[in-house]
Amino acid sequence: MCPAFAGAPPPDHGFRERQLTLLRGTFFAKRTLRDMPQYSLDHLDQIEAEAIYILRETAAQFQNPALLFSGGKDSIVMAHLAAKAFWPAKIPFPLLHVDTGHNFAETLQYRDAFVEKLGARLVVGLVQDSIDKGRVKEEKGPFASRNKLQTVTLLDTIEEQQYDACLGGGRRDEEKARAKERFFSHRDDFGQWDPKNQRPELWNLFNGKYHPGEHFRVFPLSNFTEMDVWMYIKREEIELPSLYFAHEREVFARNGSYLAVSEFVPMLDTEQAERKTVRFRTIGDITCTGAVESSASTLDEVIAEVAAARQTERGTRSDDKRSETAMEDRKREGYF
Amino acid sequence: MDLLRFATAGSVDDGKSTLIGRLLYDSKSIFEDQLLAVEESSRRRGDGVVNLALLTDGLKAEREQGITIDVAYRYFATPRRKFIIADTPGHIQYTRNMVTGASTADLAIILVDARKGVIEQTKRHAFVSNLLRIRHLVLAVNKMDLVDFSEEVFNNIVAQFHEFASRLDNVADITAIPLSALNGDNVVEKSSAMPWYEGSSLLYHLETVYTGGTANHVDARFPVQWIIRPLSNDWHDFRGYAGRVAGGVFKPGDAVTVLPSGFTTRVRKIYLPGGKEIHEAFPPQSVVMTLENEIDISRGDMLVKANNPPQSSQDIEAMVCWFSTKPMEARGKYLVRHTTKEAKAIVQELRYQVDIETLHKKEGVASLAMNEIGRISLRTASPLFHDSYRRNRSTGSFVLIDPGTHETVAAGMVV
Repeated sequence: MCPAFAGAPPPDHGFRERQLTLLRGTFFAKRTLRDMPQYSLDHLDQIEAEAIYILRETAAQFQNPALLFSGGKDSIVMAHLAAKAFWPAKIPFPLLHVDTGHNFAETLQYRDAFVEKLGARLVVGLVQDSIDKGRVKEEKGPFASRNKLQTVTLLDTIEEQQYDACLGGGRRDEEKARAKERFFSHRDDFGQWDPKNQRPELWNLFNGKYHPGEHFRVFPLSNFTEMDVWMYIKREEIELPSLYFAHEREVFARNGSYLAVSEFVPMLDTEQAERKTVRFRTIGDITCTGAVESSASTLDEVIAEVAAARQTERGTRSDDKRSETAMEDRKREGYF
Repeated sequence: MDLLRFATAGSVDDGKSTLIGRLLYDSKSIFEDQLLAVEESSRRRGDGVVNLALLTDGLKAEREQGITIDVAYRYFATPRRKFIIADTPGHIQYTRNMVTGASTADLAIILVDARKGVIEQTKRHAFVSNLLRIRHLVLAVNKMDLVDFSEEVFNNIVAQFHEFASRLDNVADITAIPLSALNGDNVVEKSSAMPWYEGSSLLYHLETVYTGGTANHVDARFPVQWIIRPLSNDWHDFRGYAGRVAGGVFKPGDAVTVLPSGFTTRVRKIYLPGGKEIHEAFPPQSVVMTLENEIDISRGDMLVKANNPPQSSQDIEAMVCWFSTKPMEARGKYLVRHTTKEAKAIVQELRYQVDIETLHKKEGVASLAMNEIGRISLRTASPLFHDSYRRNRSTGSFVLIDPGTHETVAAGMVV
């Protein structure tokens, strides 16, 4: 494959040539460019370059962006990419954590250490504050979750801090409503998403123009899949919270997955705590993040498990199970 | 691993969502819980069989109406390649979505219902693919099971399509595949129902087709996106220019000209994000460059090779596809966004509109309405550093933005 101008149609040398092309793609890609100029990028390099471009574009087009940080792997990857995008300068915007107060202890420890390592600024919006101010009403009962309340706290924090763009770790492969999400997603005065009236996005051109009161959600990881995120974590040697790896924990079964026993989730009489070796595939609020039984204690084992998995990672999230279009409904209202 | 981005286009009821559902399902990219949810919905709707289209039609309105409204992006991988699908709706009112999906694709699958053959929408899809410079087309003749897997029906459709497509100058190859998405014939595995078909299955074709990408590796173009000035003790005098290579290859030591100032200097160093030094930068890499001399450079400026500059002009000739419900105004004022630059612009003249069914030029047209395509001349308030779209997709493309509503109202390709 010569670095020819892409305009020339390739001659069709048939099957053998295609096999050779495949071989070159996998074998020669590992050699340095000086050995053999071959101007093509591995798919992880391509989606990384795209994410970096989006992060820089966000810094350039907006006055006051923030990066939504939950302590989950996607937001960790985002912060890692942001650090790379602006190297050797510091990340030119703060990380924003919307904290339900119902956290795994490991998440907060990890968050604080990670933020310090990056030298980033952290802003925390507390759901408890929204409850105290009477902005939201706490759900009651054993299935209560603060997940939905986060939206109000998030929108209040955006207004208070006057953020005009929030960078999120959302991916299009996560959920069917997210498949239609833009990189630059416009939100109206009320923080709402209108999926039928989105701005078209073409080539590398992103339109971040807004009127006062409106803001944007920006999703640099749009084209990553769950597997890509894991491969990227491995390649970049990014350290993850211990929750992602198999560990022993008191859990109880509910709705086909295991919830951690904690003061925040009352158990029903019919439910029983048991000690299991589990890990979490996503990390969010403790009340709605389910664990799976697993013995995967290293990154390679986790990746092998993800590859063999027959359930989506959000399959353990009870917040998505409330209705068929639960994600679309929450996104319309201004969820992450 | 290699990455292939492709767009899919089909008319209502061509079975496009079913085909994508089939690709995802048969390549094992569908998870159990997704499949269970779809089985459950199919049962509730009384669909009889598992409706694979429900895997892709995500929005409420789409499920209710059984149509795809917006471009949706899908992902799957085989051991050979990663795929990103831009799934675009086919109705006439959604030409703009097809343009959007096609803008980042290397290949397009155009779906045809074997019972209906090549219809006006098929021609529109082929025209849009050609306009957006997709060089590789797959003509997927679906629902072969409903025409008794007839070779004659298939050959007729292929002949019809070739007759039209011979006028499309950007298309390098057309691969026609007879299939049944519903049953999976020739989607992943070759079908035994069509022994007369000697080509490969759709998935095998997607895995092995050589596209060479769309990037230009000849004309060095680096639109400056962001200036990195750490102002820290360790990096006191560091001044880096961040951006994505839009064309050609840059190396340390290369003589470069800064546009619009015209100053010439040399590339000192090139860094990948995170600081790894590299010896060459090419599209679509995001990099940081430092230069030998301190020159005043800001976002929207462009670094180019001194001996190979782009066009620099305030008068641009372009094909545009109109996106907004509000028609294009003659002498209308818009903002143009081109690479990392933004400028005010005025539509000088609408030269003609293209009738996408006949490919005829309609002259003397006063305006372009939503989903219409035409050629305009644009006057910008400051020069744009551009190449023709044919030569470079990145430096040859732009969007127009309504300065009042901030809507993206049109996509443009420099002629």
